[in-house]
Amino acid sequence: MSKRINRRKFLLYGGATVGTSIFLKACGGSPTASSSPAASPTGSPAKSSPASSPAAGGGGTIKVGILHSLSGTMAISEKSVVDAEQLAIEEINAAGGVLGRKIEAIVEDGNSDWPTFAEKAKKLIDQDKVVAVFGCWTSSSRKAVLPVFEEKKHMLWYPVQYEGQECSQRIFYTGAAPNQQIEPSVDWLLEKKGKEFFLVGSDYVFPRTANTIIKAQLEAKGGKTVGEDYLPLGNTEVTAIITKIKAALPNGGIIYNTLNGDSNVAFFKQLQGAGLTADKYPVMSVSIAEEEVKAIGVEFLKGHYAAWNYFMTVDSPANKKFVDAFKKKYGNDRVTNDPMEAAYIAVYLWKAAVEKAKTADDLDKVIAAAYGATFDAPGGMVTMNPNHHISKIVRIGQIRQDGLFDIVQATPQPVVPVPWNQFVKETKGFACDWSDPKKGGKYKTT
Amino acid sequence: MLIVQGLLEGLFNGVSIGAVLLIAALGLAIVFGLMGVINMAHGEFMMLGAYTTFVVQNVFKTFGSPWVEAYIIFALPIAFLLTAGFGIILERGVIRYLYGRPLETLLATWGVSLILQQFVRSVNGVIIIGLVLFSALFFGGLWFISKRADYYRIKTLVWTIMLPVCLGISGVVGFILAQTFKLTVTKPWFGAQNVDVTAPAWLRGGVKVFGTFQIPYARLFIIFLTAACMLGIYLFLQKSRWGLRIRSVTQNRTMSSCLGIPTQQVDSLTFALGSGLAGVAGCAISLLGSVGPNTGQNYVVDTFMVVVVGGVGKLAGSAVAAIAIGTINYFIGSGTIAILLQPIKPLADFFTFFATASMAKVMVFFLIISFLQFRPGGIFPQKGRTVDA
Repeated sequence: MSKRINRRKFLLYGGATVGTSIFLKACGGSPTASSSPAASPTGSPAKSSPASSPAAGGGGTIKVGILHSLSGTMAISEKSVVDAEQLAIEEINAAGGVLGRKIEAIVEDGNSDWPTFAEKAKKLIDQDKVVAVFGCWTSSSRKAVLPVFEEKKHMLWYPVQYEGQECSQRIFYTGAAPNQQIEPSVDWLLEKKGKEFFLVGSDYVFPRTANTIIKAQLEAKGGKTVGEDYLPLGNTEVTAIITKIKAALPNGGIIYNTLNGDSNVAFFKQLQGAGLTADKYPVMSVSIAEEEVKAIGVEFLKGHYAAWNYFMTVDSPANKKFVDAFKKKYGNDRVTNDPMEAAYIAVYLWKAAVEKAKTADDLDKVIAAAYGATFDAPGGMVTMNPNHHISKIVRIGQIRQDGLFDIVQATPQPVVPVPWNQFVKETKGFACDWSDPKKGGKYKTT
Repeated sequence: MLIVQGLLEGLFNGVSIGAVLLIAALGLAIVFGLMGVINMAHGEFMMLGAYTTFVVQNVFKTFGSPWVEAYIIFALPIAFLLTAGFGIILERGVIRYLYGRPLETLLATWGVSLILQQFVRSVNGVIIIGLVLFSALFFGGLWFISKRADYYRIKTLVWTIMLPVCLGISGVVGFILAQTFKLTVTKPWFGAQNVDVTAPAWLRGGVKVFGTFQIPYARLFIIFLTAACMLGIYLFLQKSRWGLRIRSVTQNRTMSSCLGIPTQQVDSLTFALGSGLAGVAGCAISLLGSVGPNTGQNYVVDTFMVVVVGGVGKLAGSAVAAIAIGTINYFIGSGTIAILLQPIKPLADFFTFFATASMAKVMVFFLIISFLQFRPGGIFPQKGRTVDA
């Protein structure tokens, strides 16, 4: 008797398991289907020639890796960067590919978890044999994968503005170095808005380093830091900070904001509630772009400022083409922003380097060929420097009613990147030049 | 004068921070306090409430001008009902099998919280159609078959056949839908991004009191809402028939059952009430903070802290604890204490060191731990023989 029951139970559980797995497969199938228009152009070459794309990376396609967080906290920002990278790859493939070969992108999810990033980077390099990886957003994830790329002598293209103080031979930084975002914006504020600054940031590596730089710069140029505070990531209670701001700047002044993620929403909502308006307390942000404006709500942000290299409102034929192509592919309600543009640039600069080196697989040759590579980017002409960062135009925008930016300031020429900060004592006088083997990542200039 | 102003401002801000903590913790005070269920998905219920606010706001936007301003009034009850519904599903589907096993409850509800987070990220037409179809087929079929006289004899067989068949049908239908309509049905409704909930105009800005001090309307609204919720719960528990039943089941389940109180229904109702309050809290916090899949996680630790400090099972304790934690956090974090202690140099330096958002949290946690060393039961410990139950 008991045996019968066991068999029945077995049947029940077995049936349930099989059924569940079918259901999950079907459910799992639908998100893939949703991204299939995005993936198909890159996936189809592989499908059309399955035999000719061996793991060795030779043959019909060139494999590149895309490594961003598609789940977890950072998915908010990184998903759109993946979209931009896939758009660039699709465009290149439509125009005939690189060296006559199509690009095949292998997308991995870093899960907003830094050790996972390192693991997935190893997987992309060792198993998939990709020839380049485009990826990472947070400085923490970049620092987690950096040893992997250096050890395996591989190549990462990093598309986000960051705090600088790094210059790896194995990473190309297509986002802004501090002197291409933070420093010009501080200069502009000193000139136009006042001398007293209150610094607010999230409690991790980027805001703290950025604020060290800002404080040193203010000291050198006659400004004054009247206070600073850091909010733990994800914290949404900012009443105490607002009180401090009011105490430190009773008659108004500049708030320099390096908050990241959810805290930004709380900060701007409560700032408005407390009566700190944009005309008396202008906030300059370095992590709020078009996408974030949409998520925070434009009512709370109108009149505040942001510093970037690119805004969707840049008026140039290249930008018009980029925005139109992006909207056509991903929907009319989507917006483009600076990290997306930087990711788009990264793919095209990599292509330029590969074409100049006439090989995609010999990474040292590709890296050497990348120096001096140029691309007519949506935000203006960019050039890859021997210090692995790119020269690009710096802009300051003011948030307007429709959630886009009025560009109130743009440098006439692309700004040359300075990875080692010249305002900070420890790195003053250092520079980076990988084109000369004697100089390397950090050498003394004077 | 300046000090008086600072103190007044501090008091108001402390109360307003406390009100946010309290409204977030109210639901948990009921679920954890009265039922003893450690509900890790509490934060996610708040998140669902916040998303409900988002949906209601967008619906009202299409109605035009006078309605837009009133959306929050409608969002509150809708959020309450929706999360209460989710609460009943969770209680009937998962938690009732785990009563008296706190560790398993903790793990199970934590799993539920992860599922809910991913659910709002990836929910789309196909998933909803699949879920509805599956529920209709499976539970409808079960209900139909259960009317047969020999149901209990063939129960296992029915389950074995029904489950995979229903899953299969809904899966295939979902797949076909996804293939035919493509993006229209497979596009995520919310996505992984945060969504924009903008308070109606009358809740933005604030009323100037004196000097630079302005009381934000949103904070006032939350304080009143919290007070109203407290009052409502008090009246419900003390004056209504079901409130009486809830209290009696809390005190002595076996005896209540003997006297004919439907304890299972009482459990469902209590859990639904707690979950519904989480939904209201979610609606309230959308006025101040971000609305995204991770919204709930930002609050769940704080809410447990409030309930534990207040004393498990005592609503008044939670209220006192929330206000106290809020006020202390504010006074330390804003540096008001440091300014007050200016005459005594070493103390002032000590508090200046803690006068940042992160360090104030450290200090508050430290104070709470030391407090719990002396009063392990919280501010109002539970007395009597129910303590061990």
